[in-house]
Amino acid sequence: MSTNEKDNRARIAAYLSRFFPVQDLGDDDDIFELGFVSSMFAMQLVSFVEHEFGITVENEDLELEHFRSVGALDAFVTRKLSVPVPR
Amino acid sequence: MTGALTERQEQARKEFRAFTDRHIAPHADAWHRAQRTPPEVIRLLADEGLLGIHVPQEFGGGGCDAVTLGLLAGELGRACSSVRSLLTVHSMVAHTVARWGGRELKRSLLPRLARGERVAALAVSEPDAGSDAARVTTRVERDGDDFVVTGHKKWITYGESADVFLLLGRSAEGPTALLVDRDTPGLSTELIEDMIGIRASMTAHVRLDGCRVPGGNLLARPGLGVSHVVGAALDLGRYTVGWGCVGILDAALEASVDYAGRREQFGSLIKEHQLVRRMISDMYTHARAARLMCLEAGRLRDERDPGALAAASTAKYFAATAAGRAATDAVQLHGANGCGSGYPVQRLLGDSRVMEVIEGSTQLHQTGLAEYAFQEHTPRSER
Repeated sequence: MSTNEKDNRARIAAYLSRFFPVQDLGDDDDIFELGFVSSMFAMQLVSFVEHEFGITVENEDLELEHFRSVGALDAFVTRKLSVPVPR
Repeated sequence: MTGALTERQEQARKEFRAFTDRHIAPHADAWHRAQRTPPEVIRLLADEGLLGIHVPQEFGGGGCDAVTLGLLAGELGRACSSVRSLLTVHSMVAHTVARWGGRELKRSLLPRLARGERVAALAVSEPDAGSDAARVTTRVERDGDDFVVTGHKKWITYGESADVFLLLGRSAEGPTALLVDRDTPGLSTELIEDMIGIRASMTAHVRLDGCRVPGGNLLARPGLGVSHVVGAALDLGRYTVGWGCVGILDAALEASVDYAGRREQFGSLIKEHQLVRRMISDMYTHARAARLMCLEAGRLRDERDPGALAAASTAKYFAATAAGRAATDAVQLHGANGCGSGYPVQRLLGDSRVMEVIEGSTQLHQTGLAEYAFQEHTPRSER
């Protein structure tokens, strides 16, 4: 794992840890099974990854699998950063 | 107070004030009594580019920043909350289409929303589903490439005049959001009259009986209608309603200062009476505080900061409750004159009641905002 990937995972985990009452959020912990904490959580999460990593979450990106865990989010962000934004 | 604005934003605010002072404010009481917004007013807003002011430029809109949109909502709210609510619902739909619409839908619809050729409304509430949007029972069923929609929507702001609705229903996958044209066979509307506030807002029932909707009108994905679609719409709605409440605060303050400076009782102008001064001091303070909170929410929104959602909710909650108190005090300060229809404060009072109900009631905010506090102030040991 590169330093950059580690850094991205740490940033994602740090943000998500605000929402879930667990000491350490594992890379593969299913955040949906931990439970939503507010009705606006989904939009907060979309807003976070867009702001934090400078990407745009498109309609076609709305697979829950992309948002299910720290590891899944990291993979999603890495993929978005590696492809040009479609017009 | 203008120090937080850029030169361009301040110039836009002055232009919005001049527009609303000329075209909206002088007629607001008449529209309130008639319970109608004249179609030519909606046309004027469209022609001036105000309805599409926040639509991205790539789709023909004004592409203005969130702060500028807020300034417009504030000036419209100061003049007429009904017309402000038109900007709110139209912008909510346009924003959500830009956010979660498919490319073809964006390409075909957004330029028309930007020009105001099509005016949009949000059709979420039902007779038995208000704050709890996930409880909607309007049925959305797949039929080939289309959806078929049957249900009853209620309290739809500008539902009587809108050309297109962003509708929330329930499909096999869960809450599902679609755009539905007024002209769709099976769709009918019925004006709701004698509301307590925003009486010119053409609020209506919308009934759908087997309405066939093209699959391309889907927003986001089936099942994400509340979490992503209504979530995105409500976030912007709360922001502009918060600003609209700043406008109500301004209007209540201006009417009260004017009246207190002319009304004489017990041998002096009532502006010298201590308890009148207290009411005006509170309005003045709350108007400033609400404006600053809305400006912060706008700035965060423009920076795409995830904290913008909490800021918009907090600003809306504060501004709506402050507008309610200011309008109540403004009526009290006007005495019997405030109870009649000869002064605008009666309208402001009714409008302010609605502001505490829509886009997240005061009670929902009172129970929900604590969640943001817990997120922001998690004990260090749990981080």
